Amino acid sequence: MSDFLQLVVSGTAVGAIYALAALGFTLLWQASGTINFAQGEFVMVPAFITLLCLGWGMPLPLAFAVTCLVAMALLGVAFKNAVVDPLRRHGVIPLVIATLGLSIGLKNLVKAGYSAGPQPFPNVFPDTLFTLGPLRLSAYDLGALLLAGVMVFGVQAFLNRTVTGRAMQAVAQNTEAATVLGINVKRMVLYVFLINALLASVTALLVTPTYLAKFDMGDAIGLKAFYAAIIGGFNQTRGALLGGVLVGVLENLTGAYVSPAYKEGVALMLFLVVILFKPEGLLGKAEERKV
Amino acid sequence: MSKVEVTIVGAALIAIALAPLGLKNYGIYLLTLWCVYVMAGMGLNLTVGYAGQMSIGHAAFVGIGAYTAAILMKLGWSFWLVLPAAALLCFAVGLVLGFPALRVQHHYLAFATLGFNVLMFLFFRNEEWLTGGTFGISGIPRPPLFDRSGAYFYFTYGSTLVLALALAWIIRSPWGRAFAALRDNPIRAESLGVNIMAYTLLAFAIGAAFAGIAGAYFASLVEFIEPAPFSLTSSLMMLLMVIVGGSGRFFGPMLGAAIVVLLPEWLRVMKDWYLVMFGLAVVALMIWLPGGLLSIPERLRRA
Repeated sequence: MSDFLQLVVSGTAVGAIYALAALGFTLLWQASGTINFAQGEFVMVPAFITLLCLGWGMPLPLAFAVTCLVAMALLGVAFKNAVVDPLRRHGVIPLVIATLGLSIGLKNLVKAGYSAGPQPFPNVFPDTLFTLGPLRLSAYDLGALLLAGVMVFGVQAFLNRTVTGRAMQAVAQNTEAATVLGINVKRMVLYVFLINALLASVTALLVTPTYLAKFDMGDAIGLKAFYAAIIGGFNQTRGALLGGVLVGVLENLTGAYVSPAYKEGVALMLFLVVILFKPEGLLGKAEERKV
Repeated sequence: MSKVEVTIVGAALIAIALAPLGLKNYGIYLLTLWCVYVMAGMGLNLTVGYAGQMSIGHAAFVGIGAYTAAILMKLGWSFWLVLPAAALLCFAVGLVLGFPALRVQHHYLAFATLGFNVLMFLFFRNEEWLTGGTFGISGIPRPPLFDRSGAYFYFTYGSTLVLALALAWIIRSPWGRAFAALRDNPIRAESLGVNIMAYTLLAFAIGAAFAGIAGAYFASLVEFIEPAPFSLTSSLMMLLMVIVGGSGRFFGPMLGAAIVVLLPEWLRVMKDWYLVMFGLAVVALMIWLPGGLLSIPERLRRA
């Protein structure tokens, strides 16, 4: 029983990290109709920017701050202006293909330009273990859970409680009506891209100590982010959190009780079950189709 | 097709048929590999280009076809029995996978196929009793009479042409026209009585069957299979092959396959940088030429 609890707790911590990446993914989809197949690489790139900064002798907090800024410039502003904006008028498929191309390009850029092997990454949390009854919790699990939780609820509070956040939601729901109401749609969409870059940077900080920094680390994270987003509900911000945690916990349990070889397949099975019975996601609302 | 197009296609067909005479073994191998890619690409084009659904797991179906062929032929089955078995198995798996995903349309098929590819890759790698795991399956026979590399090329080339004719027939049939109607205006098509789900599902499953056939030819071509060629990356390459050539255009996969087979050979000196360039080129292509390379003539005519 205590094993079970242990697996649930550490699964929740991993799941909270998936939720972060999933949240950015959901926001991008809502605000700009972008299905970002390079979302995993958007986590991988900040990890390597941080490594570069550390290599130049910066302390970790400064390196992370620089990473956030660079990520917001490259994965936020540049990605939006150079890739998404020119492609939106062509419809969804060319944009999806472009992000696939971007994913291949970024992965191999890091492979060819930095290193093909896995790189160690400093842990932001100390190595302490806490004992709580039968459970042993590492500072890493607790810290990841806490930081990811704060980020997710922070973004949600921002979206629901502030004028800017509400304006962003209005843009996501109905762009034309938002324009008529005098909302600066372009700026709101830009904010979403910036938030996504920031979320990806935090995800990188949390996930890389265990995954190690490697050019293809984004494959697994990106995949989990997609599934977490859809399982929870593609049009619900809270859904990303639920989906992420579900995937994290079930993966851990499957790895321990069924077969570690198929751990990676859990998210897919859960996804297939969800779209079979509740295609709008566990927390999602059904969307009407516009004619 | 216009007269010019008929001439170009005819000349290309003859040129490809004559090419092995001037090529060494490796060149003939690449040419046969191109045929295999064209078979798989034609199936994917049906799903992506004609039915308008994103599929990012085509390599998994090629893998299912290849492993089916390898396992059955090692058991002594004839190639002529193995081929329909591989196609039917992929068709059936396509139906089962496509059903939940296509029930909700959107881009769910993209995610479902993506995950399916990851899962199949794990299956190929982990189920050693069946697939040989990372050691793979070696000593896969070729059909008798077509054992030598030249003969096997002509065999594959001929089969590719037969498949191309079959595809042309499908596209021109009432079925095929329904696919295109769905892609261009799903709501209007539905109001005219086209069952969206049944048709897209059928297009996806037929596309999967094409991949299964390509897989069987691939297994006999390389005579040794392991999980690596059926990874998610290969699926992305196949999808890009169709899009770069020109999705929804009959000859799109032929051109795309040639690029995917030949470019890595020519750009071998660039190593990993080649894929960096390729990825960024795809982004640029989507921005300036979303219809693919085959849309260039139209673009020029309009300009």
